[in-house]
Amino acid sequence: MKKQILTLILSVLPTFAFAAGGAHIDSAPINISDMESVKRGAKHFVNYCFSCHEASYMRFNRIARDTGMTDAEVREELIFTTNEKGVPTKVGSLMKVAMTEEYARNAFGGPVPDLTLTARSRGADWIYTYLRSFYIDPYRPTGMNNLLFPDVSMPHVLSSLQGMQKAVYKTETRQGVEVEYVDHLELAQAGSMTAEEYDAFVADLVNFMVYLGEPVQNERRSLGIKVLIFLAIFFVLAYMLKKEYWKDVH
Amino acid sequence: MGKLIGWIDDRFPLMKMWNEHLAEYYTPKNFNFWYFFGSLALMVLVIQIISGIFLTMHYKPDAEFAFASVEYIMRDVPYGWLIRYIHSTGATAFFIVVYLHMLRGLMYGSYKKPRELIWLFGMFIYLALMAEAFMGYLLPWGQMSYWGAQVIISLFGAIPVIGDDLTLWIRGDFVISDATLNRFFALHVIALPLVLIFLVVAHILALHEVGSNNPDGVEIKKNKDENGIPLDGIPFHPYYTVKDIVGVVVFLFFFATVMFFFPDGGGYFLEHANFIAADPLKTPEHIAPVWYFTPFYAILRAVPDKLMGVGAMGAAIVLLFFMPWIDRCKVKSIRYRSNIYKINLVVFVISFVVLGWLAMQHVTSTITMLSQVFSLLYFGFFIVLFITSKNEETKPVPDRVTE
Repeated sequence: MKKQILTLILSVLPTFAFAAGGAHIDSAPINISDMESVKRGAKHFVNYCFSCHEASYMRFNRIARDTGMTDAEVREELIFTTNEKGVPTKVGSLMKVAMTEEYARNAFGGPVPDLTLTARSRGADWIYTYLRSFYIDPYRPTGMNNLLFPDVSMPHVLSSLQGMQKAVYKTETRQGVEVEYVDHLELAQAGSMTAEEYDAFVADLVNFMVYLGEPVQNERRSLGIKVLIFLAIFFVLAYMLKKEYWKDVH
Repeated sequence: MGKLIGWIDDRFPLMKMWNEHLAEYYTPKNFNFWYFFGSLALMVLVIQIISGIFLTMHYKPDAEFAFASVEYIMRDVPYGWLIRYIHSTGATAFFIVVYLHMLRGLMYGSYKKPRELIWLFGMFIYLALMAEAFMGYLLPWGQMSYWGAQVIISLFGAIPVIGDDLTLWIRGDFVISDATLNRFFALHVIALPLVLIFLVVAHILALHEVGSNNPDGVEIKKNKDENGIPLDGIPFHPYYTVKDIVGVVVFLFFFATVMFFFPDGGGYFLEHANFIAADPLKTPEHIAPVWYFTPFYAILRAVPDKLMGVGAMGAAIVLLFFMPWIDRCKVKSIRYRSNIYKINLVVFVISFVVLGWLAMQHVTSTITMLSQVFSLLYFGFFIVLFITSKNEETKPVPDRVTE
């Protein structure tokens, strides 16, 4: 069993560095206190991700509360679904999708991951890089592959915006063996956005996903500062009290 | 007020207990920084119990709902995130405080006669704490909860003859499952906290029976005034209560900094993979125990044979129980002990920390080799101590405390 544990650890290498197949991770230009960006990201999320991916631990109206949207705006801009009777999904509902696991297995070969906590498990930079690393690969069922996540089963849903990238290969002799590797990706077919617009679009989306991972984080930090200030003042008083009592010991 | 206390005192030893343990418990006046960690450990225990009670009000110990209920606490329960982070940060804080408290004991010989039982109770607290932390870590039912528990429980399988049946008995199933989650929940919230509280009471009662050691390692009870009060002693209350409040505030400052600004501790306190719900069919890329178990995990990995590895890991903990008898030097405090002891202790602490770091690295031949070297240094501490402590060259110990 110990051997198994060791092989287990040996065989599976860290996600970030190795799953990348040498691709480097770009730093996501996000600012989690920018609620306008989070709001834009939320709209991108429901438009492009949310037909397949759930955020099943999150409620629609929590986004409203934190970004300053009204319930009416949430109904208008974030909720596109109804129940079987045609009644629109309630604003207090969890963000679940209707797609069944069986359908997902048929369409994508496996379950579609829930995205509520992806920013916490993968990190913002990983998502930011991933969404910008799709390239044309005729050997894949979707016609697209991903440099950061090789042989990913997700199609490039943002290709109408970004366009299609192709891989530019280089060959190099490493330890006496000729190796062909992807040097970089370049745009082969333009989309509706420029590269800068697309990066900004993805940044907003990632910003929303970071928010989605821990909606309370801005409140957490601001409460933290108050607590630390309180403790600093309390420290002075506690220290003076101790000094006063200990006068007769020393 | 006086009348009420009198009424109670006729029926319950209230003032007697107050005096014995606080107002007339005479404590050496020369406690330093290292003596904060005992009271801090007690406070963290209380923090964990109180935050834990609130968590159980919203958490669901069910493989189907456990992961979602934690996210429900993080999102929908008012201040649930705060309670959850208090509890998760508290687990890390508990081990930091306890490790420093144990190191204090090693530095000043607090385990030596007549304090052997205090040390033994303390070691049992440490053992119970490890079990408590291990079982608590399964409850969020994330990938690392699941697979970490899988690895650790499988270690019991190394025991000859009964190994397989034992792991089956612990899990209550052939794999980690809902049955395991339910029993770990019961043990985590009821059984082990009760054991911990009982042991903490025993630890403190034993301490107050013989009196506290101090950085000079001299017995203050040897020098008493005409009223029988130790000349170097001061009542615990109010002197050390007001001093410990200062320690508590400083501790809470660090605690709050982690909790409010780095609650996942860069993936060491809340591991990244634990934000993915447990999936029995998918092993995470890298399984590492939470940081407070890593030194022992490194020792396990250092030994090529499974049974021997588990044995070495167990020995690394069991040896600490025998400190009062391994260390045969009569002088308690490091201040008056030989350089051999000082170097030995420093090497021990370094090897403990380095082992912890090594266990978080991917296994390569270098890492394994380093783990073996530092494991030997870890065990070397006990061997060197046993051999050198009998006739150790010590400095003269003063009669009275020095500060």
